[in-house]
Amino acid sequence: MTAQTFDCRNAWADAMAEAARADERVVVVVNDSVGSSKLNAFVDEFPERSINVGIAEQNMVGVAAGLANGGKIPFVSAAGCFLSARAMEQIKADVAYSEHNVKLVAQSPGVAYGDLGPTHHSIEDFAWMRTIPGLTVVAPVDPVETAQVIAWAAGHEGPAYIRVSRMAVPAVYPEGYQFVPGKAVTLREGTAAAIIATGTTVARALAAADLLAADGVEVRVLAMPTIKPLDEAAVVAAAAETGGVVTVEEALVTGLGGAVAEVLAEQHPAPLRRIGFRDEFAITGTAEWLLDRVGASPEGIAATVRELA
Amino acid sequence: MRVLGRVPAGATDAEAEHHLELAATEVRRRAVQTVGAAKAGHLGGEFSITDTLVTLYLDVMNISPEQVDAGDPERDRLILSKGHAANALYTALAVGGYLHPEALRTFLQSESMLNGHPARNKIAAVEANTGPLGHGLPIAVGTAIAAVLDGSKRRTFVLLGDGELQEGSNWEAFMTAGHRRLSNLTAVIDRNRLQQGARVADTNDLEPLADKLVAFGWEVREVDGNDIAALRPALRVPGSDRPVAIIAHTDKGFPVSYMRDNVAWHHKVPTAEQVGIALAELDGILGRLEAKENN
Repeated sequence: MTAQTFDCRNAWADAMAEAARADERVVVVVNDSVGSSKLNAFVDEFPERSINVGIAEQNMVGVAAGLANGGKIPFVSAAGCFLSARAMEQIKADVAYSEHNVKLVAQSPGVAYGDLGPTHHSIEDFAWMRTIPGLTVVAPVDPVETAQVIAWAAGHEGPAYIRVSRMAVPAVYPEGYQFVPGKAVTLREGTAAAIIATGTTVARALAAADLLAADGVEVRVLAMPTIKPLDEAAVVAAAAETGGVVTVEEALVTGLGGAVAEVLAEQHPAPLRRIGFRDEFAITGTAEWLLDRVGASPEGIAATVRELA
Repeated sequence: MRVLGRVPAGATDAEAEHHLELAATEVRRRAVQTVGAAKAGHLGGEFSITDTLVTLYLDVMNISPEQVDAGDPERDRLILSKGHAANALYTALAVGGYLHPEALRTFLQSESMLNGHPARNKIAAVEANTGPLGHGLPIAVGTAIAAVLDGSKRRTFVLLGDGELQEGSNWEAFMTAGHRRLSNLTAVIDRNRLQQGARVADTNDLEPLADKLVAFGWEVREVDGNDIAALRPALRVPGSDRPVAIIAHTDKGFPVSYMRDNVAWHHKVPTAEQVGIALAELDGILGRLEAKENN
């Protein structure tokens, strides 16, 4: 991959400013995370609508629920590790169960803070968040999709959990791409097997497909931006039409992989391999190195596909 | 149970207090019967806050059944942080005309809108789904900030248990409200001194509570929380330049003789005989109130 790469936080910050200009109900709620969320310009433009509660995640999510009760559209922006784990009960009770219109934006999720160690990793979030009724869970792949998802969230009535990555990723989608919640995107057709990836691993899945194609193995590549509600029909079709599925995610394999496994087991049993983090705290290393280590490099994904194809 | 509705406009202080005392007694009469029938509930902590609930819903708050039904964004908010006192909330709403009294018969039954903890998805007058402790104050801070952003005079009230203040999330929110000088926010702390299984002071003491709240940037008012004549002015006046914490000194189980200040009555269920004793005592109060009305 020699193409230009992007930090999706820039697209997030631009999309937030645009959403706030378009709708005065839009506010951000942060836990001393203005800089790490790249919201400095937003705070300058909308000082009153930037609510920084300090380092207090339970309070942060509760305050956001109250703002939604008061007619605002709050975007909570905080490091994924603290947002998901520290405020889990507020996400469950104050946001999802209370049906408050709060958007939870997990910055630098997965292993983006790779070398800071497991306290700062957020690889459990897909698995945790997809268990909460009514909560939409989304992981955009690149700047174009990040901007699309933020714009969708601002107009969508209902709670959502959205990952925004700081890990450099190449552009996957052209300008004009339209995000459709709950729908998979077929990025490449093929019948030998299907790779289902989400977020930062989509570009890696496409690179793996290139390696396989060089050997005459044509695989289908599905991007799955919405972990929940999952596009079950696309999963079943992928298994039925290709014979085997490989999932790839920057998370525990009980996230996207778990969701796909449940659909296949109930609706269309098929061979499945899940690439991601297993039952251990990740060791220290950069995000890219950690992903490679668990088999999410293009070569690693291709090797796993060959077990099925 | 009588549906008394809000205190009539133009009522004198004495008339308003009388109306609210009648309402509080009606709520307690109905609530003890509800728990006796459902064989579950949290009567002790419900009776300690009944006076606050009726004073807010029937008098102090800018709210009406019509505003609730219409989802009026300018309505005042009440967040019941001690959500286990749901039966008192439901019954106060029914006495105030916000909820049909027939619904009270379904308390805790399958598919009832009356959960053991309140849900806004089921009852229009409920603002947040509470139950886990330490959630209401942060939510109330959020509704208060929303009012500031709107340039609105609407107020937010939040009703907290004293034992609940052991949850750290409250202190995060006390700090935020003090820092932002949210004078449109009033927190009522139900200082009944008892938590589920023991005295607060013997478990993880809160004192000096008033000093702590003042240090966090709040104005503190200490009142007898089971005395409507004392509660009413404390609730009516918002803070001048900072949030207000009302430490409402109450008795768990007030005013029933065998429940009052008795740690056993957190979620104990009265026998039929005990329901009868409570009703007789409450009927005595009702009789005195009605006699006053007739004089």
